[in-house]
Amino acid sequence: MLVSLNWLQEYIDVSAYKPEELAEIITKTGIEVESVEPVAEDVTGVVVGCVVSCEQHPNADKLSLCQVDVGTETLQIVCGAPNIAEGQKVAVATPGAVLPGNFKIKKTKLRGEVSNGMICSLQELGVDEKDVPAEFSEGIYVFPEDAETGVNAISLLNLDDIIIELGLTPNRSDAMSMAGVAYEVAAAIDGQYQLADEKVTPVEDKTEDHLSVQVEDPEANPYYGAFLIKDVQVGPSPLWMQNRLTASGVRPINNVVDITNYVLLEYGQPLHAFDYNRFESNEIVIRFAKDGEIIKTLDDQERKLSSNHLVITNGEEPHAIAGVMGGAKSEVQEDTSAIILEAAYFAPSVVRESSKDHGLRSESSSRFEKGVDPNRVERAGKRACELLEKYANGKVLSGVASFDQLDRSEKQVTIQTSRINDRLGTEISNEEIQDILRRLQFSYEQEGEEFKVTIPTRRGDVVLFEDMLEEVARIYGYDRLPFTLPEGSSQAGGLSLYQQLKRKTKAYFEGAGLNETITYSLTHESKATMLMSPEIEQEAKAPVGLAMPMSEDHSHLRLSILPEMLESLSYNVARKQHDIAYYELGTVFVSEEEQVTAQPNEVLRAAGALTGTWHTNPWQQEKKDVDFFVVKGVVEGLSEHLNIPFTYEKAKLSHMHPGRTAVVKAGDEIVGFIGQVHPKLQKELGLKETYVFDLNAEKLFTKYSKEEAFQTIPRYPSVSRDIALVVDREEAAGDIVSTISEAGAPLVKNVQVFDVYQGENLPEGKKSLAFNLLYLDPNRTLKDKEVEEAHDNILSAVQENHNAEVR
Amino acid sequence: MKERLEQLKQEALEKVTQAENIQSLKDVRVEYLGKKGPITEVLKGMGKLSKEERPVIGQLANEVREEVANAIETKQSRLEDEALERQLEEESIDVTLPGRPVQVGGPHLLTSIIEEIEDLFIGMGFEIKEGPEVETDYYNFEALNLPKGHPARDMQDSFYITEELLLRTHTSPVQARTMGKKNGSEPVKMICPGKVYRRDTDDATHSHQFTQIEGLLVDKNVRMTDLKGVLNTFAKQMFGEDRDIRLRPSFFPFTEPSVEMDISCKVCGGEGCSVCKRTGWIEILGAGMVHPNVLEMAGYDPKEYTGFAFGMGPERIAMLKYGVDDIRNFYTNDIRFLEQYHKA
Ligand SMILES: [Zn+2]
Repeated sequence: MLVSLNWLQEYIDVSAYKPEELAEIITKTGIEVESVEPVAEDVTGVVVGCVVSCEQHPNADKLSLCQVDVGTETLQIVCGAPNIAEGQKVAVATPGAVLPGNFKIKKTKLRGEVSNGMICSLQELGVDEKDVPAEFSEGIYVFPEDAETGVNAISLLNLDDIIIELGLTPNRSDAMSMAGVAYEVAAAIDGQYQLADEKVTPVEDKTEDHLSVQVEDPEANPYYGAFLIKDVQVGPSPLWMQNRLTASGVRPINNVVDITNYVLLEYGQPLHAFDYNRFESNEIVIRFAKDGEIIKTLDDQERKLSSNHLVITNGEEPHAIAGVMGGAKSEVQEDTSAIILEAAYFAPSVVRESSKDHGLRSESSSRFEKGVDPNRVERAGKRACELLEKYANGKVLSGVASFDQLDRSEKQVTIQTSRINDRLGTEISNEEIQDILRRLQFSYEQEGEEFKVTIPTRRGDVVLFEDMLEEVARIYGYDRLPFTLPEGSSQAGGLSLYQQLKRKTKAYFEGAGLNETITYSLTHESKATMLMSPEIEQEAKAPVGLAMPMSEDHSHLRLSILPEMLESLSYNVARKQHDIAYYELGTVFVSEEEQVTAQPNEVLRAAGALTGTWHTNPWQQEKKDVDFFVVKGVVEGLSEHLNIPFTYEKAKLSHMHPGRTAVVKAGDEIVGFIGQVHPKLQKELGLKETYVFDLNAEKLFTKYSKEEAFQTIPRYPSVSRDIALVVDREEAAGDIVSTISEAGAPLVKNVQVFDVYQGENLPEGKKSLAFNLLYLDPNRTLKDKEVEEAHDNILSAVQENHNAEVR
Repeated sequence: MKERLEQLKQEALEKVTQAENIQSLKDVRVEYLGKKGPITEVLKGMGKLSKEERPVIGQLANEVREEVANAIETKQSRLEDEALERQLEEESIDVTLPGRPVQVGGPHLLTSIIEEIEDLFIGMGFEIKEGPEVETDYYNFEALNLPKGHPARDMQDSFYITEELLLRTHTSPVQARTMGKKNGSEPVKMICPGKVYRRDTDDATHSHQFTQIEGLLVDKNVRMTDLKGVLNTFAKQMFGEDRDIRLRPSFFPFTEPSVEMDISCKVCGGEGCSVCKRTGWIEILGAGMVHPNVLEMAGYDPKEYTGFAFGMGPERIAMLKYGVDDIRNFYTNDIRFLEQYHKA
């Protein structure tokens, strides 16, 4: 809502405040002021002048030599505007005047002729290009004929105005009018304001003899009033009115339309004027449209209506979509001589539907949608009649043709001073409450500390005790509230185990050298299912899609973090950042339904992607690129960190390198996968070798047990033995480790691969593997004989199970 | 014999002095103190001496021995020190060469901010609660006093999945869910951080996905001054002791009264500058007293229980605290951006 301070000043005296001060007060008591802007920069010394004569400049084709009466004297001025003419009233910057940009006007000579000033265009006076009427955009501005010679042109053009922009929250629709703003400002600064009475002098002829109103659905349209105004002369509206409309962001059109818009801004009540003759009926019927009915609206659009759209008809065809937009057929035009003026109350939900369906949000619809003041509907009609009399030469017929079932009653809210103080934590007195209610202009009956407050209908947002609590608090001032801390029951705040594990996991990855990312949950449909972990793939029927996505790139909820993460790797590599190690802890959305009806399972995943160099120290000739075992090391580290043993099984997964991918298992359950991204996908993304992991953090956290994580440090020495084996190349080292661990239980505590070799000195198709074994009994020192026995056991087990040859 | 011993001593000491390395020193030891050395020889010939002379010469011979041995030892230790020094000198390195890099990652800036806020409220006795990102219309709107057709639903255009399911537009449903579990009889003191989604076109100030942290305290006799006190504590710890707060009226469907909290502008100290749009204040969060309808729907008697709630955007706080000027930076995951804020 744009508020002209010059206009506001007419309702309530705010001259004691600087605009910024006033803005601050309004912000602190109720409505946020978003900006305070002068209409134009500082301009001085510009008056209305009358062009007495206008001749061709003797030495220049495109210049005119004008004699201009500026009230006190007549000045010779050279003017270059194409639209200058004798008899015009123009804006004259006299010598000594200052125009925007600190441009000082001096007496000068132009092509040999004296020029005592400058005749100005609106742009030269600092008016925004967009606010300049089309007819004056290429030349000087010309005042209406009745402009008085010699008066201050700046105030006549309202260029000394300051516009305050209010950011209105949905509850404060009362401030969508100058009257509403004036009430609010009066409460804020403890000033005086009352909406003035309307003064209409109707002719004897009665509206009701010419018009009838019929409403089919009183709930959708509880009040419809039609005024009839004859002998209207359509023309421009007075300059002051045009200025106020422009200041409020509304473009002036003609006096009739401007008056309806002016009253909309003044009272907050949208009105509509129909050309009575083009309406072609004495019968106004308000009903819901028939499905498929067509109306051509003021913007020349043919609109197809349906049965949820309320329309104003002449008994046959629609002439307006109620509260949204009028029809083109009965539009007020230059030859209009009689108008039907509509002042109505349309139900907010009805207007909202029409405006939504037709994509039409107007100054009118936005006010109806919030609910207008029922006690101002008819008054607004009268106010427009008053202005039509004055500025459009209209003859207002007496009375109003109406349908009226509108509830205009005022609601009551009871408050108690003690209850207010209990809620706010304050010590406000009864007298202070009285004073606040007086400022708000809410009447009340008081009994002791109890106030029965009558809420004016303009404040439809005040319904509950809590609403009154807010009214009291904001006028009292939030600044005056002391600081206290809650006194109630205390609890020890803290993180749940799940939250602790999230932080622990993040800390681990970061310590391991990975950077955390946050990627989008919404992705392209094709990417939503890409790189899913096998256990997710098994559960998820289809990715969860949005009903109405904004773009294809963000249309479906992800089932894997990796596709968007790879995208960000690709983004970095394209910017010459080649060495990236990322991880993310985030949810994926698993629905077990083909067509989603219930909330999907949100599964927390820990995913990562690494590419480029893992470690480098050039002057020591150290360089290690990311490979499978780097990523596996990161994952193994997490396994150790969470004390959950993982096993790895070779696997073939789509979009992954078929020979360098493994599923990760905890016990018998798959909890994720690791491996190299398929070279084809790498190429598509512009990536070199890239390795990823994706783990089911949700599941891992449930397996975590704090108690099991700690064991006593052994007090007895361990015994270390090595084994070297020659096996078939296909034998997996992990399987042999399992065999050793099983056969050596319970004494073997740790088995470590320390050498892998294949090639020279070994038979074709064979490889050599070396393991270090650690024997330990936590309760005593082991005897050599026991170790020997266990070791022999192990050797025969590997010979048997893996066809291994001991070296 | 006496003279002979004296002479040997002089000779030996002379050679010790001249010895330039450990080997020649060893030679001196063998030559003079060895079993076949001259001093031993002298001692062997002592049989010829008188009873009176024997102990005198014996003592003298021992003294000479000892003196020579000491000299050798001193010299040896000096030579060893010199040798070590030479060796260490050879081991010398260029200490200005760079160290072997230790690769350390770090958290996303938003995570740092969220965890900082979490810890701050944990310190004030708040719990952390989380909830689903795909929410029901009921918890996202209706339970928060936003029935179907409520005009304020326009404020947050949403991503619907079905008529009843949508991506949550705020983390407030977590509050509704938490309250709902208390059977209307237990206090709630929680904050809920998380991702939220709105139908916005991504640009410098809008993101279709962003994060939020909301807080809720429900108990008997919770006052608006308590809200002001808690927010003041938060603001001072998060933004600095020298920052002031102010509350001003606002509107949220789930609170009444509703306020917005500003903090004094750090750049101008409240004087007004371009950062604070000349107001001296910067908007940080929305808050208010929990609306009685919300309490009631969650099973509380609003005559007995009251509460306050507040909500803020970590992106906005990050932008203010660290001068990030484009919200998209948080989701592009440019390594240079991420690493820059590891110190945050
Ligand atoms: Zn500032």
